[in-house]
Amino acid sequence: MFDPEIAEIRYGTGLSSSARAPSSVQAMLDGLSSPDRMAERFPIESFDSFAPRVRQFTQARREARKQAGTEAGKAADKTRKKIASDAREAYGTFFRNTLLRRIHTETGLRERLAFFWADHFTAYANSSIIKWATSPYIETAIRPHIGGTFEDLLISAVTHPLMLNFLDQNTSVGPNSVAAQKAKARGRVKGLNENLAREVLELHTLGVNGPYTQDDVRNLAELFAGLGYTNKGVFRFVKNNGEPGAETILGKSYGGKTPALQDIHDALRDLARHPSTAQHIAEKLARHFVSDTPDPALVNAMASAYQDTNGDLVAVYDAMLSHPSAWQTEAENIKQPIDFMATTLRALEIDQAYLMRSKTRELRNLLYAPLQVMGQSWEKPIGPDGWPEENTHWATPQFMAARLQWALAVPQALRRTLPDPRDFARAALGNRLTPEVRFAAEAAENRWEGIALVLSSPAFQRQ
Amino acid sequence: MSRSNLSRRSFLSKSAVLGCSAAASPLLTPVSLASAPGERRLVVIILRGAMDGIDVLRPWGDADYAALRPTLADSQQNTLQLTDFHGMHSGLKDLMPLWKNGELGFVQATSTPYRDKRSHFDGQDLLEAGTAELAPMRDRTGWLNRMLPHLQGAQERTAFAIGREDMLVLAGQSDVSNWSPDVDITLTPQGLRLLELTLQSDPLIGPAMAEAIGLASLDGDSVAFDLSEGGMRGMMEEMSADANAALKGRSDHKIADFTAQQLLQDTRIASFSISGWDTHANQHRSLNRPLKQLSETILRLRDGLGARVWQQTTVLCMTEFGRTVRENGSRGTDHGTGGTMIMAGGAINGGRVYGQWPGLDPSALYKDRDLMPTSDVRAWAAWAMHDSFGIAQSALERDVFQGLDMGSTPNLLL
Repeated sequence: MFDPEIAEIRYGTGLSSSARAPSSVQAMLDGLSSPDRMAERFPIESFDSFAPRVRQFTQARREARKQAGTEAGKAADKTRKKIASDAREAYGTFFRNTLLRRIHTETGLRERLAFFWADHFTAYANSSIIKWATSPYIETAIRPHIGGTFEDLLISAVTHPLMLNFLDQNTSVGPNSVAAQKAKARGRVKGLNENLAREVLELHTLGVNGPYTQDDVRNLAELFAGLGYTNKGVFRFVKNNGEPGAETILGKSYGGKTPALQDIHDALRDLARHPSTAQHIAEKLARHFVSDTPDPALVNAMASAYQDTNGDLVAVYDAMLSHPSAWQTEAENIKQPIDFMATTLRALEIDQAYLMRSKTRELRNLLYAPLQVMGQSWEKPIGPDGWPEENTHWATPQFMAARLQWALAVPQALRRTLPDPRDFARAALGNRLTPEVRFAAEAAENRWEGIALVLSSPAFQRQ
Repeated sequence: MSRSNLSRRSFLSKSAVLGCSAAASPLLTPVSLASAPGERRLVVIILRGAMDGIDVLRPWGDADYAALRPTLADSQQNTLQLTDFHGMHSGLKDLMPLWKNGELGFVQATSTPYRDKRSHFDGQDLLEAGTAELAPMRDRTGWLNRMLPHLQGAQERTAFAIGREDMLVLAGQSDVSNWSPDVDITLTPQGLRLLELTLQSDPLIGPAMAEAIGLASLDGDSVAFDLSEGGMRGMMEEMSADANAALKGRSDHKIADFTAQQLLQDTRIASFSISGWDTHANQHRSLNRPLKQLSETILRLRDGLGARVWQQTTVLCMTEFGRTVRENGSRGTDHGTGGTMIMAGGAINGGRVYGQWPGLDPSALYKDRDLMPTSDVRAWAAWAMHDSFGIAQSALERDVFQGLDMGSTPNLLL
């Protein structure tokens, strides 16, 4: 059962010689409702404070184009560039602070869950400025809800402007809505976009094997019509885009003559409370934290806790952490690259002062870009389904080579002196130190290879 | 799914050789004594995200086309005219000489058996698995992998999955190679031996790293052993340069070039993917980037292979499904059914469009929204394998695409 090392390695951000490990399952769970010290110490802007940059940028750009060739135009262009470089700098800070939280935290489960749910509700934008707002979205829409109910988290994420933008909901218009009629009168066509509705059913709630049909997708898309945001990036329900009339989803009718946000919330709450959702979420959590093929008893315990509490997430985590399978000594899951990198930095005790003063360019070359070569572009999975959980996805020759290459080259660039590999092996692996790794750390010809051998070992790479 | 099968034994012998005389080791240069199975090459490019086949291969001759796509159906240009009926998206204009040369072709209104749920992820898995239904995750294998046992003289290097992601289409029981040409490793012989020691017990990480060591020397700059201070700096710089190239999305060119390099040697089958086709909004703009990437990839392959090998090569570009016939409310298109397959290569019977056109009339559509598929995309792939490698139709219908009816030959290849 509970073991502080497993708690740090499997459910936290890795072993550290300076941060205290949790003392019990209860302490791990309590950590989720304790003051968010890491967020205070290594702040990430809220989405609301980031969003105005987008508008300021487009305004400056418009101004620069309109007044091209004049002094005022030049000034506007300068403003535009400044806004862009400030936002890019802020993005660098988000990356740095996300790592620093993992390096210093004593409530590692919070950082891991923030990642897990951010991945479950993957959203990002591709256009200028706003493409740097993913961390603010996570900080605002995800992180405060990871210790609450799933339905609150679902509503928070699904109705967030960045999600509405990512899955094209903001341009979806009910076919019989006021907006569609008006467009038609002007010879234009406005219509529905199913993207968000489909992913809510397939990825966020019921799961792809859930009991929904194309009609449910369509009807949910009609119900969603109206979800939008202002040009300041603030959520807004646009009644004129909404589809009049009731919509049937999974056999239940929502809404009436006038489109209303409440009906959307009702449907999302029902989807959140559906047994398929309980099963889907329980299994996904178990797969993420424990194994590609989790013990069915573990998943069932979690799904039951979910159903008994209408999706109280702490109850679900509790069910997981109170189950013997959660503490099996064999580590099955291979760390995802972000975990591999952050647990390395934590074990190496990378100086906070160094990370704080390092230049953006340096961070990019040493940490940000290598993460992509290991297969995990930071906060940017290929699709809305987030990162794959399967070991076979991550343990490919190319990704393993990228980890080895990084483990050889980067630690010595991040620290003035590398630790003795023998000491490092003990610090990074604790009770997991195997005779082979101990021997390798001792027999290595030089420090950097010794460190890399520890980091590439199965004992370190598996959680 | 076994992806890398360099056994522990070969890892050991490889590091032992490195220990004696790394620089001179014949194992560090890709020389193979086994004969490769034939001269034909097959490249499968998976277009992830669902390419809008109607926008790429435009049915100019269909009376309903322009009205269904108010912002997407641009005015027709003679320079992009393919047949009396079809035009091509301007994003592929650099491929026009290939079309004229019979080295570019299309299959219209084709699809996998996947219907109705229109999920990218299931759709892609079904395309790569080549089955009628999706097997449970752990039982999924790819059709290119299932073809390998029918290939005389196939060995590990015969089939190559290239790039940084999983290629289900090549996964399965038969040995294949996987590599992403943007990583290089610098390790001492001693370090390599110790690495073998620490990884030997792990059934996944061990074989993956063993193969990585073998592959890192495949792309020209072999595993290096320069441990002077300058050499260490070089390793850092190299890593930064590789990482930066990946960051800027320049690995496409590396992938095309590496694929060509391998196909010039022992590899006969290669697969990789190109993403970015999920054009829900502003398709007029958003489709250009992936099309440019695809067109550059095909041209680099052709140039890298040289005229002789290009004449032996078939490139199939397949996507999980097509997109809605009607434009959506965001000047884009949503997930649909029938789509388009693009073919290139000197071995194809190109300069023509294969497959029946179902029409865009509302009554002809699938579920009143999608292009009605008139063929199974697996049948075209099966004929390409049949014509490339002489694999019997019965084997293709029984083992590779279980239960598929290939019909009669479309004479896809020359």
